[in-house]
Amino acid sequence: MEHDDIIWEVKKEAIRSLVLSGKRMDGRDFYDYRPVEVKTNYVKRAEGSALVKLGKTQVLVGVKMDVGEPYQDTPNQGNLITNAEMVPIAAPIFTPGPPDENAIELARVVDRGIRESQMIDLEKLCVREGELVWNVIVDVHVLDYDGNLFDAAILGATAALHTTRIPKLEDDVIIYSEKKDPLPVRWAPISSTFVRIGDKDLLDPDLGEEKSMDGRLTLTIRDDGNLCAAQKGGVCAYKKEDVEKLFDIAVKKTGELRKKVIKK
Amino acid sequence: MKNPGIKLLDENGKRLDGRGLKELRPITIKAGVLDRADGSCYLEWGGNKVLAGVYGPREVIPRHLADPLKARVVYRYNLAPFSVDERARPGPSRRSIEISKVSREALEKAIFLEEFPKTQIDVYVEVLEAEAGTRCAALTAASVALADAGIPMRDLVTACAAGKIEGKIALDLMKEEDNYGEADFPIAIMPRTKEIVLMQMDGNFTREELTEALETAINGAMQVYELQKKALKERYKIEGE
Repeated sequence: MEHDDIIWEVKKEAIRSLVLSGKRMDGRDFYDYRPVEVKTNYVKRAEGSALVKLGKTQVLVGVKMDVGEPYQDTPNQGNLITNAEMVPIAAPIFTPGPPDENAIELARVVDRGIRESQMIDLEKLCVREGELVWNVIVDVHVLDYDGNLFDAAILGATAALHTTRIPKLEDDVIIYSEKKDPLPVRWAPISSTFVRIGDKDLLDPDLGEEKSMDGRLTLTIRDDGNLCAAQKGGVCAYKKEDVEKLFDIAVKKTGELRKKVIKK
Repeated sequence: MKNPGIKLLDENGKRLDGRGLKELRPITIKAGVLDRADGSCYLEWGGNKVLAGVYGPREVIPRHLADPLKARVVYRYNLAPFSVDERARPGPSRRSIEISKVSREALEKAIFLEEFPKTQIDVYVEVLEAEAGTRCAALTAASVALADAGIPMRDLVTACAAGKIEGKIALDLMKEEDNYGEADFPIAIMPRTKEIVLMQMDGNFTREELTEALETAINGAMQVYELQKKALKERYKIEGE
């Protein structure tokens, strides 16, 4: 057991009993996000980028683009590729090396939110059908880990893609120094992650709450209030009514957050 | 994936394989099919064929991963290279790592882990042939194999997916529906309480569709649960009865 884990093991009972009595360590309501800050165009060399601060959690998302062959089953569409790295500066428990199951789950949940919301008009990213299309590569870089990487990463990806500009393509060679048209985006998917502690659900958990949780549910919601991705994780169980209730809260909360941070 | 013009529902509301919207594919389950494993299960679900084997509780390897308070569960979902159209590269993929993680977490809710501190329970599922819905087939087989191994559980875990095709909520998507449909929604429940222990979704649901999909998938899982119980009773029936 890592040193970090032992500390949380000690704090866990205090966090849990406080939550079960209806309060949170930082005084927030159960369905409040922490203060959110989004800085777009943070990395000028990237085609799009966003630094997201969600409480003390910091995630930097960069979008790069290149061209390549399309997949056989989608000859007239660009490709979306999503990757997440939990770099070792972000927490004492993160180690260098290939992504573990947590980083893979994070990347795949971010990917599903973007892909299934049909946020990017991939057909507009076709250069020559069956031959050459744009690849949109979203890299999530976790910089400081104080819980809820899912919501921070999805928010960062959405904000970064909204400010992404496609570089110039001349005779199939990319000129990265000349950014041209904005990426064709239609939606701004944003997620709400709730951790479950006993029978209580808390939006936007910090690290202590995440370490004390039984499990969690992430719901990614589009501007029209439709669900486009969901992921349950951890060791907990939900009744059908719980899922419906959390969906309603997520629609409301992601709506408020979208209005605040996504500039169209 | 873009639909190349395949109609997923005919004018009578029947699906490509003749099923109605809320009908399951044919499922057969057999418990206790492997000699060496402590518990095992073979399951066919439509065109899916999966084989689950359970070993343990046994010594934890490597030892420092042992938990002094409860058993550790290892779940490995593995696609056989020949199980799909385009050969699957052997070894774990990002997809199979994610499926293994959420499936393990679903089983951890059901198993009485605290009964077996400092041990490991290995659950291995081989997908021999795949035709949409493999994670549900694998998890359903895994929980039968755990019961066959005599591992105490709060309940079986039963998985089933709902989805959306041509704007309608449908039970248990087949390959074409998964490829060209508008949503896929695999869940797993503990049937006695109908609590959800695995839930993933990709696609597009309104609030009303989410409710219908939850009801549809839970109803489907309750039917699968009966088949799981039947397979276990069959395995342990006394000769001549």
